[in-house]
Amino acid sequence: MNPVNYLYLAALLFTIGAAGVLIRRNAIVLFMCVELMLNACNLALVTFSRMHGNLDGQIIAFFTMVVAAAEVVVGLAIIVSVFRSRHSASVDDASLMKL
Amino acid sequence: MTALAAAASTGEAVQFWVLGVVAVIGALSTVLMKKAVHSALSLAGTMIVLAVFYLANGAYFLGIVQIVVYTGAIMMLFLFVVMLVGVTAADSLKETLKGQRWLAAGCGLGFGVLLIAGIGNASLNSFNGLGTANTAHGGNVEGLASLIFTKYVFAFEITGALLITATVGAMVLTHRERTERARTQRELSEERVRGTQLPPLPAPGVYARHNAVDIPGLLPDGTPSDLTVMRTLRDRGQIRDVSHESLDRLKALEQRSGERLGRTAEPGRTGEPDRADEEEVAK
Repeated sequence: MNPVNYLYLAALLFTIGAAGVLIRRNAIVLFMCVELMLNACNLALVTFSRMHGNLDGQIIAFFTMVVAAAEVVVGLAIIVSVFRSRHSASVDDASLMKL
Repeated sequence: MTALAAAASTGEAVQFWVLGVVAVIGALSTVLMKKAVHSALSLAGTMIVLAVFYLANGAYFLGIVQIVVYTGAIMMLFLFVVMLVGVTAADSLKETLKGQRWLAAGCGLGFGVLLIAGIGNASLNSFNGLGTANTAHGGNVEGLASLIFTKYVFAFEITGALLITATVGAMVLTHRERTERARTQRELSEERVRGTQLPPLPAPGVYARHNAVDIPGLLPDGTPSDLTVMRTLRDRGQIRDVSHESLDRLKALEQRSGERLGRTAEPGRTGEPDRADEEEVAK
């Protein structure tokens, strides 16, 4: 098996995540789809690291994980505060640009 | 270590095809499951499979970090928020923009075709493998450490600032300012004595049938009493009224027995006179 199959899998997962972001309405599921896209990118980066034979790709994937953790913390806090004021986690309901 | 050469071994191929299917199924069910809890669990499964792929690709540190940080911390954070927010909140199926879902699915399909065709067109047949890179500094973790603390040290420190900012941001966003002063214990006790209700409040529930806190006690005339249930439950509308339950059950029993009697003994009668008789008896 050629390791390039990992890249195909990463592209497939990224596509599924992107379609999920476009299709779903629940803000939490949207965040999960974004996480799926980030994970797909990480898989591609790790495969590139193997392709080139150096560790820089893994470093970038590591930083992606850190940034994803920070993003999830802030994003979930925003979801919770929006839910407190609106009693809804749907992104369609937050269309007034005010609380 | 030798498995990290250019071509993958047969075992890795088998592992890829088995776990790759699992990963794609997990990703699809993340998108397609109705409940957010199921989506979160599917995504956790996909992430564990990706951790195995990292390990297979020679990224030992990232594989462990993926399990610890992603499935251990981030997905559990998701589950906490789902418990806090979204278990009762169903995903609305009403489309704000007409046909947006199908359009989005079509766009996703086209995007995927473009992405995969792009990878297929690139000449990606020379894989160097991580064998030399992993052993250059003594191991994968040592190699990563030497890169992080030399070449990428500035990005690493910026990362620390980012994490601090995220922590403070989460605290600021979820902090709720108290708008009124908290009442002290003395004020509470004085209020309790000076109020109209001096003895303890009456207990909830109907003795010998239900004594749960969400069931109001019945007054002598059979109407539920508001004093017996908590105000929080009343505001949420989570009170069960059981004052009609025994009557309803009696009625259902009479109807069943009437149907059975009507079916077995006299097909013409439906049991109506029996019920009228029993109601008179009850009166």
